Amino acid sequence: MSKIKLSCDEANHVCDKNQYKEAGIWEMLKLNLHLLYCRVCRKYTSRNMKLTKLVKTNKVEVLDKATKEKLQITFDKELAKQL
Amino acid sequence: MANHKIDPNNWIKLYSDYLFNYTITRVSDREIAQDLVSETFLAGLKSMVNFKGEASERTWLISILKRKVIDHYRKINSKKGKAEVRMSYNSDVESEGDWLEERVADPFDKTAEDTLENSELGDAIHDCLAKLPQKQAEVFKMKTILGYETETICNELDITASNLWVIVHRARTALADCMEKSWF
Repeated sequence: MSKIKLSCDEANHVCDKNQYKEAGIWEMLKLNLHLLYCRVCRKYTSRNMKLTKLVKTNKVEVLDKATKEKLQITFDKELAKQL
Repeated sequence: MANHKIDPNNWIKLYSDYLFNYTITRVSDREIAQDLVSETFLAGLKSMVNFKGEASERTWLISILKRKVIDHYRKINSKKGKAEVRMSYNSDVESEGDWLEERVADPFDKTAEDTLENSELGDAIHDCLAKLPQKQAEVFKMKTILGYETETICNELDITASNLWVIVHRARTALADCMEKSWF
């Protein structure tokens, strides 16, 4: 069994993973234990959660890769005409 | 005052997400937004000679986009757009009360102010994203907004998983800093 105490770096890594729901139960347990005594990581975690919520609730949209490439092709054609 | 240079080769890479997000909060339809963004780039290309370098490229493109959005609304409000049949429940006397539930104000409905605030916040996030180094921004967008799997991103960008997490971590820290400064 791995050690119970996490370093701050490891804790932040688990926290990052948790933002994408990729952290395991054991990892979460260790993270929460770490947060009990580490103020800096508590701060980081709360800010991280806030950021995730922010991005989710505001439906920040980006173009996916395929559309972007299509856009670039049409654009390049016009650009070639200009020169 | 700094004299801004124009370089259309990088436009799509640098600004398409920002412009798209700007548009989608205003027209709320992906297809239309894509068309408008694409039109904006082309229009920008055509009038490149008029670019005086007084504003940054992005500001300049946004000003073109604004006109395009206005044009779009003008078009759908033209005679043809208005000729569409719009039904309303309320006009009929006989069916009065039938659809009462639908006519009650929805307390959870968003007011115009909420939406406005939200769209501005979305712009702010994109402002912050634009300040990140390109690689960080790219990875963050793929992971967080497009929701790709870690493996997919790693294959596409040719990086290792631990590498990816470091980039994500840096991006998140920088973004949180930036948002805190500009918004909270």
